[in-house]
Amino acid sequence: MSENRAQNTQKPGTNIFGWPDQMGHFGTYGGRYVAETLMPALLELDTAYRKYVLDESFQKELYGLLKDFAGRPTPLYHAERLSKKTAGGAIYLKREDLLHTGAHKINNTLGQSLLAKHMGKTKVIAETGAGQHGVATATAAAFFGMECKIFMGTEDIRRQAPNVNRMKLLGAEVIPVESGTGTLKDAMNEAMRYWVSTVRDTFYVIGSVAGPHPYPAMVRDFQKVIGEETRRQATEQIGRLPDHLVACVGGGSNAMGLFYPFLNESIRMTGAEAAGRGIETGKHAATLCAGTLGVLHGSKSYLLQDEYGQIKEAHSVSAGLDYPGVGPEHSLFKDFGRVEYVSITDSRALEAFEVLCRTEGIIPALESAHALAAAMDIAANTPADYVIVVNLSGRGDKDLGIVEEVAGA
Amino acid sequence: MNRIEEKFKTLKDKKEKALVGFVTAGDPDPETSESIVTAMCENGVDILELGVPFSDPTADGPVIQRSSARALKAGMRLAGVLEITRRLRKSSEVPIILFSYYNPIMAYGVDRFYKDSLSAGADGVLVVDLPPEESGELTSGWKDDKFCLIRLAAPTTPEDRMRMIAQNASGFLYMVSMTGVTGSGGLDTTEIGDYVEKLKRFTDVPVCVGFGISTPSDVAAISAIADGVVIGSAFERTIEENIENPDIASIIGKQTQAYKDATR
Ligand SMILES: Cc1ncc(COP(=O)(O)O)c(C=O)c1O
Repeated sequence: MSENRAQNTQKPGTNIFGWPDQMGHFGTYGGRYVAETLMPALLELDTAYRKYVLDESFQKELYGLLKDFAGRPTPLYHAERLSKKTAGGAIYLKREDLLHTGAHKINNTLGQSLLAKHMGKTKVIAETGAGQHGVATATAAAFFGMECKIFMGTEDIRRQAPNVNRMKLLGAEVIPVESGTGTLKDAMNEAMRYWVSTVRDTFYVIGSVAGPHPYPAMVRDFQKVIGEETRRQATEQIGRLPDHLVACVGGGSNAMGLFYPFLNESIRMTGAEAAGRGIETGKHAATLCAGTLGVLHGSKSYLLQDEYGQIKEAHSVSAGLDYPGVGPEHSLFKDFGRVEYVSITDSRALEAFEVLCRTEGIIPALESAHALAAAMDIAANTPADYVIVVNLSGRGDKDLGIVEEVAGA
Repeated sequence: MNRIEEKFKTLKDKKEKALVGFVTAGDPDPETSESIVTAMCENGVDILELGVPFSDPTADGPVIQRSSARALKAGMRLAGVLEITRRLRKSSEVPIILFSYYNPIMAYGVDRFYKDSLSAGADGVLVVDLPPEESGELTSGWKDDKFCLIRLAAPTTPEDRMRMIAQNASGFLYMVSMTGVTGSGGLDTTEIGDYVEKLKRFTDVPVCVGFGISTPSDVAAISAIADGVVIGSAFERTIEENIENPDIASIIGKQTQAYKDATR
């Protein structure tokens, strides 16, 4: 039968730079695996994204928003007491928790909403797990005067209640999703269904470096400001680049944002996935550590799935990491060994959560606590002049209920 | 000529339009499902679409989501769908299209899927989340035109893209009637007529219309403007309402007849 230009043109194994290609592939990963109804919208978005990303006035406008509205740059902070406690490498925290709305997610939602505005869209939708992306989208929508609907699983609505109230205050409609386990995957399913029906006038603000092309590349480009700032700050504050970067990986956006500007430096990078109750229990969200190749939510990447290609339910105490997929570019980094992916259990993340509260007076998001736990492991085995930068992707106010619940259990 | 081409030729001679019937294989359980699809074939369905259940059907509305969940719970997987196909093929020459999301096919292995589908007697596959841009990885090993990739066009598809889709079409083209998921309401036959006409400018492959078609009068209206009508959620609704009913297969059979009459 006849076939078109659809053949994958990439040569797996050539290099890790310069992806995605024109078709949105990162090596064998990525792409656009969506219903035809959505394809024209993705092509339109790709065109708009290419046009504006290179456009200086757009960049300037976004930079202004990030600075004056969101609070960039965020500090690079030497956590001396934490470092002393682990008695090893020097731990620095990239304080994304200090951003407006309390997490790195706002970098991306301001970028996408500004793009939506330039494309003439007046309605935005988003999925959310921890509620941080939902809050950040609702905030951007309020700022730009757009109508906003947020899809959130019922279990996440329960465990991240403060964020639900914040979204409502900001004027967003929160749509509860009951299917599956009522977590991030189910919210994303429902957001995609809603988008299929409303695609003509609605912009879908995806919250991580996941989803169909151009989202993984676009969200990366909106988040790479984290790594760019870190480069500058490290050079100013310690006179050199760090030795090691650490970030948690749910969909992978805060990790990608920190890592990307350092890709061609000889710097080690570690991504911390959620091991939930332990990989061996099957109740985890460690997609890169324990997953296999598949297609979910529009892109090809590592996935948690059974031998029949049915998606497995992820498990993590942290709603933002409770997702069975991962951004396609991380899959590429894993195959190249460019980033080392480790997994941190619920209980180790909770421990790290507490340690940071007590030693530094900073309450981290449970997501970020996974990165902290991984960083403390690294610090424990490195000398005092070994500089480790941890992306403290969010603050933990939203998690107080769940932490109390787990502590009481 | 493959079975699909033959079918459309026969229908043309008889001046009838095609009734394409979709059900999720294995819903509500493998055995009942087999009696349901057999009843559909015996009562006038021209092309059968067998849905491969998937855990995360993002292009489907609640009715097909629930049918997929029931079928999974009852143990149906791609291999089981091929098994139903194989058994149906012993008693029927109705063209059978597998209807799937891409991930179950990937997990099965694309080459193995092609080989096993052909040997089971399937005539093609429609992969909801595999647009032309990505479909090469599935079809690159296909050797002849015995097995068709059924392609979709949507109301959002611009004209130049319609041309690209139409020019790569095989079997038939599936024109999605509305911007939405399966099982949505609100047919606009004038608009649909325009889409079909546009598509037909680019190809001789028959065009069938699906999504949101539920009554015999819908079927008659679409039959006037297209080569075939796809019914899915309406069958699934009947299954859902009759899960405990021992006459479920004959009820579906009668429903099939009513739709088929409307295509004549
Ligand atoms: C504070 C925080 N960190 C990390 C994540 C995980 O997402 P990603 O891996 O895309 O950074 C989330 C998601 O909700 C989050 O809220």
